Amino acid sequence: MMKIKILLTAILCSTFFYGQQTPANPQTQALTIEGATAHLGNGEVIENSLIMFADGKITHVGSANSRIARKGTVINAEGKHVYPGFIAPGKSLGLVEVNAVRASNDQDEIGNFLPHIRSLIAYNAESKVVESMRPNGVLLGQIAPKGGRISGTSSIVQFDAWNWEDAAVKVDDGIHMNWPSTFRNGRWWLGEPRGFQPNKNYQENIDEVAVFVQNAKAYGTGDSKEMNLAFAAMQGLFNGKQKLYIYAHGEKEIIDAVTLAKNQGIKDVVIMGGYQAHKIASFLKKHDVPVLVRFTHTLPFLEDEDYDFTYKLPKLLMDAGLKVGLQNATASNFQTRNLPFYAGQVVAQGLDKEKALQLITGNTADILGIADQYGTLAVGKSATLFISEGDALDMRTNILTHVFIDGRGISLETHQTKLWKRYMDKYEAGKP
Amino acid sequence: MKIKLLGCALLLFGQALFSQDYFPENDGIKSTNNNYTAFTNAKIYVTPTQIIEKGTLLIQNGKVVQVGSSVSLPKNTVVTDLNGKWIYPSFIDVFSNFGMEKAKRNPAGGRSPQYEATREGFYWNDHIMPENDAITKFTYDDKKADEVRKAGFGVVNSHYQDGIARGTGVLVALNGKGTEAERILEDESGQYFSFSKSVQKRQSYPTSLMGATALMRQLYHDLDWYAKGNSSTKDRSLEALMENKDLPQIFASENAGNVLRADKIGDQFGIQYAILGGGDEYQYVDAIKNTNATLIVPLNFPKAFDVSDPYAARYVNLKDMRHWNLAPTNPKVLEKNDIPFSFTMHHLKSPSDFMGQLQKAFTHGLTKTKALAALTTVPASILGKSGSLGSLQVGRQANFLVVSGDVFDKNATIYENWVQGAKYVLADKDQKDIRGDYTLNAAGKTYTMAINGKTNKPKINIKKDTVDLTATITYNNNWVHLTLVEENGDRYRMSGLASQGTNEISGKLVDSKGIETTFKASRTASFEKKEKEKSEEDAPELVAMTFPNIGYGYASKPKAENTLFKNATVWTGTEILQNTDVLIKNGKISKMGSDLNAGSAKVVDATGKHLTAGVIDEHSHIGALAINEAGHNSTAEVKMTDVVDPQDIDLYRNLAGGVTTIQLLHGSANPIGGRSAILRLKWGENADGLLFPNMPKFIKFALGENVKQSNWQSFSRFPQTRMGVEQVFMDYFQRAKEYDTQKKSGATVRYDEEMEVLAEILNGERFISCHSYVQSEINMLMKVAEKFGFTVNTFTHILEGYKVADKMAAHGVGGSTFSDWWAYKYEVNDAIPYNAAIMASQGVTVAINSDDGEMSRRLNQEAGKTIKYGGMSEIEAWKTVTLNPAKLLHIDDRVGSIAIGKDADVVLWSDHPMSVYAKAEKTLIQGAEYFDLEKDKIQRKKITEERAKLIDLMLKEKEGGGKTQGPKQTKKARFTCDTL
Repeated sequence: MMKIKILLTAILCSTFFYGQQTPANPQTQALTIEGATAHLGNGEVIENSLIMFADGKITHVGSANSRIARKGTVINAEGKHVYPGFIAPGKSLGLVEVNAVRASNDQDEIGNFLPHIRSLIAYNAESKVVESMRPNGVLLGQIAPKGGRISGTSSIVQFDAWNWEDAAVKVDDGIHMNWPSTFRNGRWWLGEPRGFQPNKNYQENIDEVAVFVQNAKAYGTGDSKEMNLAFAAMQGLFNGKQKLYIYAHGEKEIIDAVTLAKNQGIKDVVIMGGYQAHKIASFLKKHDVPVLVRFTHTLPFLEDEDYDFTYKLPKLLMDAGLKVGLQNATASNFQTRNLPFYAGQVVAQGLDKEKALQLITGNTADILGIADQYGTLAVGKSATLFISEGDALDMRTNILTHVFIDGRGISLETHQTKLWKRYMDKYEAGKP
Repeated sequence: MKIKLLGCALLLFGQALFSQDYFPENDGIKSTNNNYTAFTNAKIYVTPTQIIEKGTLLIQNGKVVQVGSSVSLPKNTVVTDLNGKWIYPSFIDVFSNFGMEKAKRNPAGGRSPQYEATREGFYWNDHIMPENDAITKFTYDDKKADEVRKAGFGVVNSHYQDGIARGTGVLVALNGKGTEAERILEDESGQYFSFSKSVQKRQSYPTSLMGATALMRQLYHDLDWYAKGNSSTKDRSLEALMENKDLPQIFASENAGNVLRADKIGDQFGIQYAILGGGDEYQYVDAIKNTNATLIVPLNFPKAFDVSDPYAARYVNLKDMRHWNLAPTNPKVLEKNDIPFSFTMHHLKSPSDFMGQLQKAFTHGLTKTKALAALTTVPASILGKSGSLGSLQVGRQANFLVVSGDVFDKNATIYENWVQGAKYVLADKDQKDIRGDYTLNAAGKTYTMAINGKTNKPKINIKKDTVDLTATITYNNNWVHLTLVEENGDRYRMSGLASQGTNEISGKLVDSKGIETTFKASRTASFEKKEKEKSEEDAPELVAMTFPNIGYGYASKPKAENTLFKNATVWTGTEILQNTDVLIKNGKISKMGSDLNAGSAKVVDATGKHLTAGVIDEHSHIGALAINEAGHNSTAEVKMTDVVDPQDIDLYRNLAGGVTTIQLLHGSANPIGGRSAILRLKWGENADGLLFPNMPKFIKFALGENVKQSNWQSFSRFPQTRMGVEQVFMDYFQRAKEYDTQKKSGATVRYDEEMEVLAEILNGERFISCHSYVQSEINMLMKVAEKFGFTVNTFTHILEGYKVADKMAAHGVGGSTFSDWWAYKYEVNDAIPYNAAIMASQGVTVAINSDDGEMSRRLNQEAGKTIKYGGMSEIEAWKTVTLNPAKLLHIDDRVGSIAIGKDADVVLWSDHPMSVYAKAEKTLIQGAEYFDLEKDKIQRKKITEERAKLIDLMLKEKEGGGKTQGPKQTKKARFTCDTL
């Protein structure tokens, strides 16, 4: 325990105290991490590994037994673990600072069909909540607007930036759509009983979506003289430049959603949530639809379901041969630092640890379309990775010592670590 | 008793006199009919158990004069021969709103809740309206009376169903032919209560069930004080309550749990309510029996769910399917357990549904004798009217039914419903029974015709050869009207008289072209009840109840077993012992060591596994029906023990996460909240069985944004600032101190539950667990406590506790915090996950809590985070969810660690207990296994099977023409501190 304390104190003292952490400068010197257990994020693991990176890119991934020259500063990471940076999809990090303070909330625009609403330009790169992700290894996020039927267009950012342009990893990567539900919650404030009851307007709700998508498509094929911002914003879906992220849980809803999207010629569809996706795995496979599954630290929807259903759902989907990542889109943003532990939870259900890791690294990068740069430790990819004292999927041992985004060694300090130190100092000073 | 005898004497004596009226007559001559009416040769149910075959009922002036097998008839008697017919006392409904307008909901106006009462000269709470007299709102409703009489009822007891104390009711004979002076039997028939607020009033308090319960208690305390003449002002509500205290007291509880709640209030104040149940009493029949209450039971059995769409069917909980299956057994279960009950039509859409529902109760085992009692003698007795209603004994009102036979038979016809001696014909009792098989000759063709169904409402089936044709029949006053559609579309209309003494129906036929001829139907066989119908009435297929009665309930309650855990890694609380055996005997930790002898104990191989004390959650809101009483800024009078919900599935899920004990806290809607319940998660026990024995007394306090109502649109309640919050405490504690001083001096005080509770705090008998966030307010409450000479026991949440940890340690208060929550509101800007470690470093007893039904089942992992954030040692980290919360709750002498002599509340983990990879394999409370991974697997299988079976039964019900309801999922609210 003492060791950890000293170590952390050392890290804290090495940085100046700004309101937010100052983004790190570009990597100028090569770096080598030697001796760690490297978890590559693609299911593979290298004990006693050797990882080197320069100019923000990984130049070597292999065994430390190999007798090649170590480049730049060598970090001895014996007994430690190296991971690719974790990726959080479907979040409004940087769009909301304090949930209950309306003035700090920029995640939900009014209106129902808003593909033209773009998250990126409102993303606050200096958010204290975003900064708190980093000491747990969560280094990238897909920032998405919330609410309505089509919430808007997301972008993918990295979590060490001066401003949103700096932060952007992939601009306007996808459009987010909340699929209607066959059942809805009772409006208890109007005297209805709580609980689920059939949504009588389900078909009507779908028809609205269909009409909108059809019109957007028609708009793209014609040469309308008058600009329609909403329809124009949908075009990336038809030419494969953007993905459609559909939030749906029920079997019926997922089938309806994928069928509609495919019928309209939308190329890339991702199911967000997928509470019952395991029941229609072959359908999803047939249509090549991956799932970013609802996170594990949630309660089952229904009383009679297995107590551990949400814990094992990602495993059920993986076992069924689907491409699966993990998201906590419905959770408060601050919770997203627990992303590794959501993945760890599945391990107790019998999933291999390295596969669990894929849920928040390689698979997610694949699904989000950033696998050429992020998600796994591989030569040529961005050096976005970190070193942990121990197993980063377990809360007891997720203790980070070094974090790199695009090769830049970033600060592990946050608003929270500063307060910790400040008050520990106060008490230490007060001692006789 | 004396009064009753006197009443009887007067009644009998009164009959000998002729009644003298004093009303002038201007529309004719005075003509009073003093003739007798006799009904002879009938089978007469004088009471449910006193039955006369071939008897005579003699009535005069609306009352029974004689009843028996040999009654001598006075000369001026009109005699009706009822040979073959049966006479029953007509039914009585104790819980009706007959003649009352439905209370209209007051459309909510204004942005802020209304905290003050709107009335003057009445009780301080608008929902307490004992001064309401139903008679002033009553209008006799002829049309409704007609419908109700058709269902066999002669008398209904009606009240204005709105509010918590609802005032008096009115007892009405459904005698439209009489005057209001005759049919209003009682204009103060009883006094009525419920747990539901008035829909017409907007006063905020009480916002919860526990608030309504507390309000009822305080009302009786205030009544006592008022009745003794202690008030200097007039309170017309209390006056009315006082005046009506000897009337029948009736409580509308609406479900089994509330029956118990209502009865508990009554017990405290020496009142035995008759209680309106919810039809789910069968689930808690032992506890219900212990109330000694007479129940008023509705017959609104749930309709089957329409489960034909499998996607939709999954939303329906097993619990609700099971209730559909078992609810019709409710009357039988009550009967079997000798619980007195009456039936009511309350919640039925129409009185015409009543008999059908009753049939269901019969097929599920209710006896007809009991049913008759539940409709006659029991309701009369609830109303204290056994001397005049509910039977056909001499002197009772002549309220009776003339029936074709057994009134509870499916095909019975009630011919007449007599009320106060006035006849109401429902069906012609002299009408011929035309049911049977016929040969029909019409339009030159021959058909076979079958008439069946009820005598007065027959059904028809006409065939030509083997082809069914469309046909209808109506039958009135012996006239038969038939329509028949031929295969080619020709329509025939037929009208004929079924004359007495023949087996023929004949008359006129008009065809599609308007040509008139004749028809004739000759009976070939008389009507017989088909055997097939009987087989349909075979005993229904019933599923078994479980403890608790929802999915994952156990077939029987878990019992303590002597168990030896062999070779475990044992986390005692102070150390970690490798390869250690732990012997559990009689619910306690009996021995610890190596190579212990199991004796007769069950042996569990714990090699490679970890055994710890059960997890304790200092801050939980699961297992509750309500969390906040938000109607006042101080609600010390409310108790969480009043609203424990033993059927919450989250209790089971918590067990599956190794949790054994929780503090069920009131929410944080007000600075002074309600009293806590400490629960043991004994899955299968009822609400009282979950309470921790000799539970230390706790109360919830709260500070900050929630009590200021910062995050919702409410601007009228004090306090709106942290400055005001302090003054709420200063004010209440000062008043409690004065109250206590006065009480201890022996002076008369108005018993005030709120002050009593606050005085307990001042006297060190009750502990505070205070919701808190920022350092200023934390410091403030400690200073207030010090001013009044007590110690704050626990700050819960306490997210800025790390800023004042030294002060907390000096004050002696513990901290129960989140592991890593922040950023959800302004006051948690400086919340840091290092909080627990910092507070602990300064000597504060620190716990990690959940305030969340999801997180609570992973508190072991949350404890693990204190290792990551702030580097706590493993032993100290584990204490934050076991021994430390036990200390904070003052139950560490019994639970919280593994030590010889302590209760065996233990968990066997598959892995390091704070690892994300650990699963709770077994969770024991006092040596009884409440969760076991293997048992859980069996439960899952059982649920799947039982759902399949019930779905099959429901599909059958639908296919058999039964009514269904759409698939729905009932769901209780999930609570956090902020839930209103």
